[in-house]
Amino acid sequence: MNLGPHADFIVAAYALTAFVVAAMVAWVVLDHSAQRRMLGDLEERGVTRRSQRRGS
Amino acid sequence: MAVIDLANPTRFLNLVNRVLPWLAAATAILFAVGLYRAMGAPDDYQQGATVKIMFLHVPAAWLGMLGWSVMSVAALGTLVWRHPLADVAGKAAAPIGAAFTFICLVTGSLWGRPTWGTYWVWDARLTSVLVLFLLYLGVLALYWTAEDPGRGSRAAAVLTLVGAVNLPIIKFSVDWWNTLHQPASILRMGGSAIDPSILTPLLIMAAAFTLLFFTLHLAAMRNEILRRRVRAMRMTQAQEARA
Repeated sequence: MNLGPHADFIVAAYALTAFVVAAMVAWVVLDHSAQRRMLGDLEERGVTRRSQRRGS
Repeated sequence: MAVIDLANPTRFLNLVNRVLPWLAAATAILFAVGLYRAMGAPDDYQQGATVKIMFLHVPAAWLGMLGWSVMSVAALGTLVWRHPLADVAGKAAAPIGAAFTFICLVTGSLWGRPTWGTYWVWDARLTSVLVLFLLYLGVLALYWTAEDPGRGSRAAAVLTLVGAVNLPIIKFSVDWWNTLHQPASILRMGGSAIDPSILTPLLIMAAAFTLLFFTLHLAAMRNEILRRRVRAMRMTQAQEARA
């Protein structure tokens, strides 16, 4: 595939987009595992939400 | 399950956990097809291969505006019905919309240099999209820095609704003012002005980016619900320790 005389601009646009999309995916995945870990820690220590207590 | 049941965060989380893997898989497949078709699309007779930047720039621009539209509906839910899930939806959409607007601005700039001979010009379309990006940053600052999350959410919702005025300005800026940016060539009266050999990959890429937006949005909403649970449990723990 020949990208012509402005190949640098095209490659830079695709590289930047790939980087930002990868950063967004990493953000949601890492944030999810961090929140799950913190919830797990709290539950292990016996901390419950008030709504859970009402339900039990 | 009735739609109203999804207003319950626990039921919403169950649905997100079931739907998310399928959405992610569909997004990956659409991107694979879209990128394959985009790389095989012919060069433009004037712009040459730089037209390939359009397959990123145009969907990113649409999603920057879609993100703010989602936030505006969520802001109504926050201010009028005070529904916590509406606030979660607005807060989760803000960084994603900001990222797409950033992609739109930078890819547009990289496309502008070889096409127009300049990276930037203060014309109505470019400036109104830059304003959208700054509004996103303002909303994020309100969400992330407010000491009282409830007050921060309400302030962000007000700013979101005020900022929604910018959406029609972005859309019609190329009609209302003389701009360097080209006029609408896809969503316009009389149909698209783009040849199907370029329009088809563009629409596939737009569908892929849209699915990516909703996949990330649902995942970010799930994270935000969990974050609020952690916060509630910590506050309960602190109250019990004090008692």
